[in-house]
Amino acid sequence: MPAAPVQTLVDRVTTLAFDRYVLRAGFLGDEMLFVFADGGIQLGREAAPMHPHADAILVAAHAGTRLLTGGDDGRIVETGPDGRSVEIGNEKGRWIDAVALGPDGSAGWSAGKNVTVRDSKGRLKTLTAPSTPQGLAFAPKGYRLAIAHIDGVTLWFPNADAEPERLTWKGPHLDTSFSPDNRFLITSMQENQLHGWRLADKGHMRMSGYPSKTRSWSWSHDGLWLATSGAEAAIIWPFAKEGPTGKAPRECGIRPAKVSCVAFHPRALVLAIGYEDGWVLLVRLTDASELLVRAGGDGTPITALGWDRDGKRLVFGSASGGAGLLALPV
Amino acid sequence: MSNTMTDKIPVTVLTGYLGAGKTTLLNRILSEPHGKKYAVIVNEFGEIGIDNDLVVGADEEVFEMNNGCICCTVRGDLIRIIETLMKRKGRFDAIIVETTGLADPAPVAQTFFVDQDVGDKARLDAVVTVADAKWLAARLKDAPEAKNQIAFADVILLNKTDLVSPAELREVEARIRAINPYARLHKTQKCQIPLAEVLDRGAFDLERILEIEPAFLEADDHHHDHDHDGECGPDCTHDHHHHGHHHHHGGLKHYHDEEMQSVSIAHPGDVDPEKFMPWINDLVQTEGPNILRSKGILAFARESKRFVFQGVHMILDGDLQRDWKPDEKRVSRIVFIGRNLNEDALRQGFLSCVA
Repeated sequence: MPAAPVQTLVDRVTTLAFDRYVLRAGFLGDEMLFVFADGGIQLGREAAPMHPHADAILVAAHAGTRLLTGGDDGRIVETGPDGRSVEIGNEKGRWIDAVALGPDGSAGWSAGKNVTVRDSKGRLKTLTAPSTPQGLAFAPKGYRLAIAHIDGVTLWFPNADAEPERLTWKGPHLDTSFSPDNRFLITSMQENQLHGWRLADKGHMRMSGYPSKTRSWSWSHDGLWLATSGAEAAIIWPFAKEGPTGKAPRECGIRPAKVSCVAFHPRALVLAIGYEDGWVLLVRLTDASELLVRAGGDGTPITALGWDRDGKRLVFGSASGGAGLLALPV
Repeated sequence: MSNTMTDKIPVTVLTGYLGAGKTTLLNRILSEPHGKKYAVIVNEFGEIGIDNDLVVGADEEVFEMNNGCICCTVRGDLIRIIETLMKRKGRFDAIIVETTGLADPAPVAQTFFVDQDVGDKARLDAVVTVADAKWLAARLKDAPEAKNQIAFADVILLNKTDLVSPAELREVEARIRAINPYARLHKTQKCQIPLAEVLDRGAFDLERILEIEPAFLEADDHHHDHDHDGECGPDCTHDHHHHGHHHHHGGLKHYHDEEMQSVSIAHPGDVDPEKFMPWINDLVQTEGPNILRSKGILAFARESKRFVFQGVHMILDGDLQRDWKPDEKRVSRIVFIGRNLNEDALRQGFLSCVA
């Protein structure tokens, strides 16, 4: 085990405490954002928490100035930096299993096998997936949704008449993500591995060796690296040229605790890594140097990490509501 | 796997054929003044009318693990729901999963042993099967699901006993015992039963596999004929339920189910772990699809502690448990409940592990 990082940023962290499971953390516009499993949304430090759902928030996605939440009330709600919430979908009390933000104000969600997309004009389209989807992701270009389910992924152009395309690989697929250059589609799987397809020729990529499931991942700002959770280090796969096939991944931030959450800096090859024992490190890929952000807190897993758009601030949150705001010395 | 049981959320699985009374039992559990809060997972297309704060509809999506193990099926929706529920600690103390009448309990049970995230946070407490006293015998003939549910059960409620004659009741009880002599069996009307008999059973807790004697040897019914050959203690090693048909045990007819049986094998001494572990692992690999449940308490040579294990199909969970007590005879006993079990092969295999 390597020695603890010499350099520390701990004195630049403002400690926050919420006493509730943090589902998602980041920034909405310039405002600090925390989404809690019990249904609360904290936007900024001073404002009172909002509760746009009747009860719990099950899934959330955010980017830029958009926050999308799905609740156990069956509602899909979009919230902006001004704190205004709008219901954009309602599945009548069914649990929302997945949500995804799309281009030009579009959104997607699923409840059971029903997948719905809503474009910027509010037009809804629905598709029945072959089994209950666990993960949804819009492609970086075009109005195209990837739907991860048992035995593969369905690629759906909601505005095209053509039958959805199917990428198959046996086993249950969980989350899914397009590479930023739209060349690769990745899924996490129940069997502690990732699967990938080269979209040009549907070639397969297997990324295995994890001791547990990957439930958090992050693309680097240049799109050439995919950092993943699930091992006792952040496993970072190279996606330059033909992708990770036949190449060994980088392992950063090796510690005697599993990585539970990862988030790449939006402008530099620096990775924020959260661990299941509550630690948070920053690791620079170029020289593997490490900076300590949090030395464990109350020891519960880090469940959320998020940078602001300039990469000057980082927020994190844990399963017990321990949280913090790091302001980088820039 | 069985450590730190206490901080894990207990999960009770309610099974039973259509109309047997599962929902009646569920509402009874929820309405009694026990001060506990339950999260209830029901089949989303099933019966409604469950009065509880936290009710989740599940789509009973079963999938095969892509790990080369053909009977290793799990409930994907259950993994998803339990992970989500666990983010709301404090909202509930226990989980009840009600399955449809046609469900096989195995994927539900296996979910708790196969999925690490679920197994870290929740523990399977018991499989409780509600059976209809009037119709079960017929269902055992025409519905393989009903047989699975009886074979798999830790606790069986033989319900609606007011609708059958005493003779019919004994008949259906004997049919149940032919398949599963180890479950706790309660005869009920409208599922009236003290909840302690249904909840917090620890049926999958290695610490609580205290005895694996067939439950019908206990005086749990009113027909004490005592015509069997002597009282059997924990060190008794003779065959309890494989000596011919229509033998009377505590007043019950002894049936032999052509398809589903239980096999109990005991050796009055130690077994060699170097032989036993490969044998049992190989056995469940090859016979796993047919073995629904297995349990064992073993005396390993040169080991002061009891080795206990329990299994569901191909999945085994075993550990060294407490010390053998000074006045306790070191007996090694294993039991299997399964389909088309080859008793002679099991017996020979086990006895070849004797130290």
